[in-house]
Amino acid sequence: MNEGASTVTTQPDVSKVPAPRSAEPTAKGNTGSGSRRARRRGLGVLFWCSAAWLGLVVLGAIVAPLLPIADPAAQDYRSVAVAPGSPGHLLGTDGLGRDLLARAVFGARISLIITLGAVTIGLVVGGTLGMLAGYFRGTAERVIVAATDAMMAVPALVLLLALMATLGSSVQNLIVGLGLLGVPAFVRLTRANTLVYTKREFIVAARSLGASNWRILAREIVPNILPAVAAYAFLVVGILIIAEGSLSFLGVGVPPPASSWGMMIAEGRDSLRQAPWVSFIPSAFMFLTVLSFNLIGDRFREESDVRETTI
Amino acid sequence: MRSRLTKLATALITLFIVSIAVYSLQELLPGDPAVAILGEQATPETIAAVRADLALDDPFLVRYANWLGDALRFDLGRSYRTGAPVVEEIVNRLPITLELLILAQLVALALAIPLGTFAAYRARSRFDRLSTGAAFGLVSVPEFVLGVLLMYYLALGLGLFPPTGWVPFTESPVENLSHALLPALTMALPVMAVYQRLLRSDMTATLQEDFITMAQSKGLSTPYILFRHALRPSSFSLLTLAGMNTGRLIGGSVIVEVLFAAPGIGQLMVQSIVQRDFIMLQGTVIFVAAAYILINSLVDLAYGFIDPRVRYQGA
Repeated sequence: MNEGASTVTTQPDVSKVPAPRSAEPTAKGNTGSGSRRARRRGLGVLFWCSAAWLGLVVLGAIVAPLLPIADPAAQDYRSVAVAPGSPGHLLGTDGLGRDLLARAVFGARISLIITLGAVTIGLVVGGTLGMLAGYFRGTAERVIVAATDAMMAVPALVLLLALMATLGSSVQNLIVGLGLLGVPAFVRLTRANTLVYTKREFIVAARSLGASNWRILAREIVPNILPAVAAYAFLVVGILIIAEGSLSFLGVGVPPPASSWGMMIAEGRDSLRQAPWVSFIPSAFMFLTVLSFNLIGDRFREESDVRETTI
Repeated sequence: MRSRLTKLATALITLFIVSIAVYSLQELLPGDPAVAILGEQATPETIAAVRADLALDDPFLVRYANWLGDALRFDLGRSYRTGAPVVEEIVNRLPITLELLILAQLVALALAIPLGTFAAYRARSRFDRLSTGAAFGLVSVPEFVLGVLLMYYLALGLGLFPPTGWVPFTESPVENLSHALLPALTMALPVMAVYQRLLRSDMTATLQEDFITMAQSKGLSTPYILFRHALRPSSFSLLTLAGMNTGRLIGGSVIVEVLFAAPGIGQLMVQSIVQRDFIMLQGTVIFVAAAYILINSLVDLAYGFIDPRVRYQGA
């Protein structure tokens, strides 16, 4: 074991690691001076705006049942499809007279439970597999890499649709399905990072001091790759919120009595001409939340860029 | 040559793994697959018929081998809802999805190339920073949100496009295009933002090269330098990304086809889920996965033809 790990001579093919889907939009070219400038200026106004919005959404989602808002399923027959700003309904109501603010807040609850559960599964399973693959190499690595490649070879939404249609969509199945979707991305990221760190001097030093493989993994590797993985987790949450919304939009998400943003947008589609806000309100919630996760993840990613710390 | 063979082998192995995974979805159906496929009202006779038809009493590997053999001869079975052969249904709907994919890819590139080039030429200018922000916003918008917005403003508001529906190309090319443009634009915009950022960063690097200074000192015009000298060496990763993004576009086309009522493969997939038409769903999923793997391998090969450095390294 030790011998195999210490005679790693093959070049870690970090170049082959494709930019994870979520990382593509960020301009690779200007990370250098851009992040240096950002470091001088702190995290930036946008970062704090995003954090504030997420704080609000998370808090609202947690205490939703205690908030002085309407019952999300209750139908107010006297005010059907009223516009935002109406008395008693701050953000208006939908075609069935249900309060949109209440539905959006309870929708946030469902979305966050599902996506945070899923990202935890992806991070723990994918992170562990990726780390083991990058550290021990050999056959295990080849199997893990082949499996992740195969998973990434199917368009994610198509895979999810098939899974949910087969298993039936419940909150648990959505968490597992979306979590499974996050696994390959985390495998690639942690494997690439582990490959880089396994060659560093402090790992050799730890090993020559007689540290076991498990100790090195837990005490040396994990703390070093954690910042990059955590930053990436934010970006993945953004992707998963969109994926969960897509499923709900297509009618394969959480079953109806519950409300979810994607479902609300789909429900408002038919009355788009008369009552556009029914779709627009949940759209705005979803957009701001995804944007916030992306902005925060991107800022963290700049702060924890491996390429910068190794040079 | 050798690397090309390895790539081909990898693609085939991937396809094999994916086909096993998709086929074993049948095993995940809760309860008796025959009942799940037929619905609760099925009579014992029809259940027995389906069990015999799908050879459910055979071991998994035998069934898989038979299914794979049929699939390789373009036979993905028949729908138990409509009785139509799955492949026929896919072939009927394929042109619509293909048109949307190609149109979206073209729109994305047509917007991204000038915008990315200009942002690189005027790096760190106001336009550059504005387009960075816009790109960040665009990738955070889900397709169904973007589609609803575009439908509301461009179709219902300005009346530029019909909001939903589809007209076949053979019936009226003009009508066809006006129905296809809005869905294609919805798919294209988030992808365009990604392309624009990538081209911008690659192009900024290219513009630092000596041959650009050389071209400038020869007195060539700026547009000529940008599009004839700088664009080609800057567009390699853009093309790879365009290939990789086909997956996102396929996902986008599912949503867009449902939203804009375009009868493509994505709509077929969602329809078969709603109607609990499992065989049809399985067929479309394996078809889409196979097509996607094929496209990616082709892009991989094409890469070598465009970039001579890759070609010589591979040899």
